[in-house]
Amino acid sequence: MAASPAYGEEKGGSSSLGEPEYGHDPASGGIFSSDYKRHDDLKEMLDSNKDSLKLEAMKRIVAMIARGKNASDLFPAVVKNVACKNIEVKKLVYVYLVRYAEEQQDLALLSISTFQRGLKDPNQLIRASALRVLSSIRVPIIVPIMMLAIKEAASDMSPYVRKTAAHAIPKLYSLDSDQKDQLIEVIEKLLADKTTLVAGSVVMAFEEVCPERIDLIHKNYRKLCNLLIDVEEWGQVVIINMLTRYARTQFLSPNQNESLLEENAEKAFYGSEEEDAKDAKAEAASLAKRKPYVMDPDHRLLLRNTKPLLQSRNAAVVMAVAQLYFHLAPKAEVGVIAKALVRLLRSHSEVQYVVLQNVATMSIKRRGMFEPYLKSFYIRSTDPTQIKILKLEVLTNLANETNISTILREFQTYIRSMDKDFVAATIQAIGRCATNIGKVRDTCLNGLVQLLSNRDELVVAESVVVIKKLLQMQPAQHSEIIKHMAKLTDNIQVPMARASILWLIGEYCEHVPKIAPDVLRKMAKSFTNEEDIVKLQVINLAAKLYLTNSKQSKLLTQYVLNLAKYDQNYDIRDRARFIRQLIVPTEKSGALNKYAKKLFLAQKPAPVLESSFKDRDHFQLGSLSHLLNAKAVGYQELPDWPDEAPDPSVRNVEVPEWTKCTIREKRKEKVEKPFYSDSEGESGATESADSEPESGSEESGSSSSSGSSSSGSEEEEEEEEEEEEHSEEQSEDKEEEEEKRLKRKEKEGSRKAAPRSVGSPSEEEEEEEGAKKSKKKKALQGRKGRAETSSEEASTSESSSSGSDSGSEAETKRRKAPPSSKAGPKEISLLDLDDFTPPPPQPIPSSSIVSTSLVTDLEGLTLTDTSLTPTLLSPAFGTVKTYELLHRMAGEGLAVEYCFSRRPFPGDPHMVAVQIQISNNTDAEVKNLRVSEPKPLSGMRIQEFPEIESLAPGDTASVVMGIDFCDSTQAANFQLCTHTRHFYVSIQPPVGELMAPVFMSENEFKKEQGKLTGMSEITEKLTLPEKCRSDHAIVQQVTSAANVGRVPCGASNEYRFAAKTVTSGSLVLITLERREGGAAQLTINSEKMVIGTMLVKDISQALAQ
Amino acid sequence: MIHSLFLINCSGDIFLEKHWKSVVSQSVCDYFFEAQEKAIDVENVPPVISTPHHYLISIYRDKIFFVSVIQTEVPPLFVIEFLHRVADTFQDYFGECSETAIKDNVVIVYELLEEMLDNGFPLATESNILKELIKPPTILRSVVNSITGSSNVGDTLPTGQLSNIPWRRAGVKYTNNEAYFDVIEEIDAIIDKSGSTVFAEIQGVIDSCIKLSGMPDLSLSFMNPRLLDDVSFHPCIRFKRWESERVLSFIPPDGNFRLISYRVSSQNLVAIPVYVKHMISFKENSSSGRFDVTIGPKQNMGKTVEGVVMTVHMPKAVLNMSLSATQGSYTFDPVTKVLTWDVGKITPQKLPNLKGIVNLQSGAPKPEENPSLNIQFKIQQLAISGLKVNRLDMYGEKYKPFKGVKYITKAGKFQVRT
Repeated sequence: MAASPAYGEEKGGSSSLGEPEYGHDPASGGIFSSDYKRHDDLKEMLDSNKDSLKLEAMKRIVAMIARGKNASDLFPAVVKNVACKNIEVKKLVYVYLVRYAEEQQDLALLSISTFQRGLKDPNQLIRASALRVLSSIRVPIIVPIMMLAIKEAASDMSPYVRKTAAHAIPKLYSLDSDQKDQLIEVIEKLLADKTTLVAGSVVMAFEEVCPERIDLIHKNYRKLCNLLIDVEEWGQVVIINMLTRYARTQFLSPNQNESLLEENAEKAFYGSEEEDAKDAKAEAASLAKRKPYVMDPDHRLLLRNTKPLLQSRNAAVVMAVAQLYFHLAPKAEVGVIAKALVRLLRSHSEVQYVVLQNVATMSIKRRGMFEPYLKSFYIRSTDPTQIKILKLEVLTNLANETNISTILREFQTYIRSMDKDFVAATIQAIGRCATNIGKVRDTCLNGLVQLLSNRDELVVAESVVVIKKLLQMQPAQHSEIIKHMAKLTDNIQVPMARASILWLIGEYCEHVPKIAPDVLRKMAKSFTNEEDIVKLQVINLAAKLYLTNSKQSKLLTQYVLNLAKYDQNYDIRDRARFIRQLIVPTEKSGALNKYAKKLFLAQKPAPVLESSFKDRDHFQLGSLSHLLNAKAVGYQELPDWPDEAPDPSVRNVEVPEWTKCTIREKRKEKVEKPFYSDSEGESGATESADSEPESGSEESGSSSSSGSSSSGSEEEEEEEEEEEEHSEEQSEDKEEEEEKRLKRKEKEGSRKAAPRSVGSPSEEEEEEEGAKKSKKKKALQGRKGRAETSSEEASTSESSSSGSDSGSEAETKRRKAPPSSKAGPKEISLLDLDDFTPPPPQPIPSSSIVSTSLVTDLEGLTLTDTSLTPTLLSPAFGTVKTYELLHRMAGEGLAVEYCFSRRPFPGDPHMVAVQIQISNNTDAEVKNLRVSEPKPLSGMRIQEFPEIESLAPGDTASVVMGIDFCDSTQAANFQLCTHTRHFYVSIQPPVGELMAPVFMSENEFKKEQGKLTGMSEITEKLTLPEKCRSDHAIVQQVTSAANVGRVPCGASNEYRFAAKTVTSGSLVLITLERREGGAAQLTINSEKMVIGTMLVKDISQALAQ
Repeated sequence: MIHSLFLINCSGDIFLEKHWKSVVSQSVCDYFFEAQEKAIDVENVPPVISTPHHYLISIYRDKIFFVSVIQTEVPPLFVIEFLHRVADTFQDYFGECSETAIKDNVVIVYELLEEMLDNGFPLATESNILKELIKPPTILRSVVNSITGSSNVGDTLPTGQLSNIPWRRAGVKYTNNEAYFDVIEEIDAIIDKSGSTVFAEIQGVIDSCIKLSGMPDLSLSFMNPRLLDDVSFHPCIRFKRWESERVLSFIPPDGNFRLISYRVSSQNLVAIPVYVKHMISFKENSSSGRFDVTIGPKQNMGKTVEGVVMTVHMPKAVLNMSLSATQGSYTFDPVTKVLTWDVGKITPQKLPNLKGIVNLQSGAPKPEENPSLNIQFKIQQLAISGLKVNRLDMYGEKYKPFKGVKYITKAGKFQVRT
């Protein structure tokens, strides 16, 4: 029963699903109409009890998915196997779920509880895969669950689960970018992780979510550098790319002294060969002025730790290191990457393609680097054309006076290749060599002229174009060549080449005075048959000849211009008209006429033949953007080096513990310790950069106060001398310094707010943290927190509140139906207590809407603890809110309101009873009032109320309908029909109405609460307003917000409520603990996390009112 | 990062698709087909194609295009390398990476892809880990599974995932403990018309087959490690030891893997083991040409050159060739214009020769360039660079393994210009 039959059977069409599927176009959407029974056999297999059948079915379904066939109609049947014991079935169900969840969001929600349970599994693989799938189903409603799950997993014991959490971060971010701030907190926490397994993934998440938050890296920089070699290869690539960007912002350019030299070299090369000795002198002077450059030890650390990775077997890693060296290393050290890059040329052709592109860019900037490997770029006839052309590019870039002869000899071989595109590229390359290297210009030119007699027209044409460019540089000496080319006009048919020849002759007609008019004569004859670009050049030639040699060419010019005047192409007609006016003197012609010669025969600058790879290095090498030479989506610019190095001390890792009672003498001692030599040794050896004492920060504080602002190590020497001189000064500064340190500490604290503090923070800090937390909560409720002390703090708390605000926005939207003002409290008789029997006047229509079996099946997925037999209680309610279903205006006089009666719906305990009040405000009688065409979302069921025969004007009728919301706050949509009209209406339940109260004892409550901890527990701090502090008020508010029953409680300041969800019967336990003042803590324990989170919001809102 | 993957066969059918994020329509491949059409030749399809909303990065392996869809900036090599790793894994699992193999094992392929990538970022690519998660299909296993109802999917986290030696699985046990190393060297060379060497270098690899129980710690030393100019390592090798002592010290993965690949710099003179005498000419204004090639051994250090095959891409104008070989057999494919001469072993006494007449298309101009000759050969028991393994030591385990080293020299990209 291996995988093999799965595909075969599918393909062979042996079963019923074979044929129809083949003719079927999934895009037409016909699945639902024509043959919805297609997958019946698969459904049957999935419903069976045998794992082997299920597995077989899943294999066939996955095979369908693999071929891009639509299998979405099997969703319900597949999803209920999500809790299957067989791990392979389970995995395949996951595959299916991830593929289709987006399309069937509501059904997908039903699987969530399985994952939630999986998240608590003792097996780390199961925890991780639950998180993986949970975060992969792109259903926006579960964002809060995902957030919680990620947070939980980020502090999991198993690094593998933490890694999965890091992977989940970008998934959540792409689903809901509002979560950014919270995610950044998680990223920050994971960045501090010390295992190699996590490092790559979290940096990947960092790059996708918040690449601009470079400040998060500071503390982890040294750790990342040291871990790098042990990180898995894919992580290495991401980390190296990120560190390249980081280093560009934090360190000084190692080549700043050389940049001048380099410019000069370039000038000497491209420009004339004259030596510029005087420049060199000036330069030496300017060099002397500069400060000596000393590399930051952290910069060195990065270079040192990445170098071994050049030996990686993974081409992407090698490339990443190569680009790092190219962008960051001192010029003298860049050379080491050449060898590794050349090695990659032995790899697959796609790898070669990418590497050569990058080598081409590098070889322009740093030619010397690849010169020893010149021969590795020689071209084989078996190379694909695109590789050949890139190699050619590199060879051209590498050409210099010493190796040009070898290169040209090599080029000679290439010119005879059968691959004509390649030959054309070679000719271009020769042209470029000739322009760049004056010495060989003549040789190249001669060679190219020889090519003019080649039999292949393309070769000749390309040569002509290149020769034209070369001749422009020194036309005087080459009249012979021009003559030769003039002869070619008889044979060459390629328009570009013809145009080039004509331009040449026109431009240099004075060098070939005898031939030029003759060429014009020939061209005039064939003018009408020429291509447009050739025609334009003929006109051009005519004009130039007219100006220089009007005696011989006057008539010809007139003739050509006349032909052009009636040409089909308007460009040519325009040109002819324009030129005639310009060159032929008439009485009307203006002042421009006098300057015609100057206009046409001005000295033109020779074209510069440049590599297409020039200046591509402003893109980060190795990136997609560099390859495409265009900015790709999401590309992070490589910043320029800063002029002044930013404070290097930010990378010092401080001991998390900080006691305020630092003695000043002690500090002074530390200050005198040289810091860099220390860290150099320490950080190089181990990852224990964080074992460095606070001295780092201290020192930086003092150094900044000592006034010098340049790079650290330079100071170091001065430091000791200065120390004594400035000691007095320093003590004055100490106050200030103290303040600074405090601030820094605060920053520290705020960073560490998310993970429960690492060390044993002093009381004060704890307090501060507590205050911050509560502040966040306050902000959440839209209140102003107390005055912030540091700006950093302010920004974090603000941003986090904005994040959660927008999160809660979505929640509040769902509750947009405002309580209507006229709603009087409806007393519902307590006699209904424990009444499960349906009252007689409400018969159950036999036509069920969805197959009930499905729902009950799905129900089985959520396992509630059956040992507990909670009794359903009648609600202990306060006021009942009424919601509007149909407004009087919209309903044309028919007003409909509904409220949740909080009674068990007779006939089906899984339904929420909705009391509907219909009042007829029209003048006429409304007949046949009924519900029709309910369109419940999958899984939802609606039990309609019996039809109301007629409703007299001014009358009001009250009916009850039952809706099974499947424990979700999704609206139930249906139509309300009268004998004349249909109204589309929807009922959206507040989360508090999705449950029924449960009676339990205090002990039971505690027991259940103990089972529902961790992910299932949601805690929120809140402040109770003045009027809402009495027992009565609290109970009233809570019970009005949610349909819960009170649980007796021993403590006087604690309130407990219990309920269970109507559909699945999951327990919802609410604990409200009142503290001193108005403070209170609300805890909700529920297996259903969506419900839990929403309920917290609702209750805290209710209490705040 | 990697959004979706499409596998496309040569006739342009998309026979497998996998999405790691939201579904991308198959129609995105139209851009690829367009580029493919433009490129004419399969190997000239640009590996990176930019489309209005996506970027397509593709590789071509074993007659299958692996086309991945990218939406945001990512190092192209990252994707290319990963795709090759996918192809390698298929090869490893199914013995071949062909369309039929993939179709037959579509479920395993899907499970593998699911494990290898999470949200488009590589998760587990190490074959030892994958094999613990998803067991490769064998006939025996499928029989056992169908009887016992057990599955191919492991339910515990592979130990390698957590340790810092992710390439090795735990609890390896063999009755015969063996460690074999194949030192394979390839000569890349370009020989010009006159027979002088334009360019030559040696590319070598050491492929290992390690079947050792437990957690062996091996160290392999060479007689002449300085020969190696540029080396790339399997992640298992301890770089520091190599830097300081030039010893390969490693805890090996289980099974077959490539230990190192190296290059012997072109500065060292490379001994070219064969020479080729050739006379290829096309006559002007006649529809025929002459073809005469002789291959002979040179400096072969007393070893026989065997497995010699010559392939020549003849110019398009060539219609047919009527040749006679003194040794081996030749074939000429008039469609692709490829001449293949399977020579076999070269004996210095009687040099193999292939000569005869080339028929050209009448009226067509004579080909300008003579085709270049690609030569393949093999020399057993010789590492042409002179590299020699000194000794292999094992620590950490008590048993005595059986050790073996094999040397072989091959022609790599060996081209003779004519």
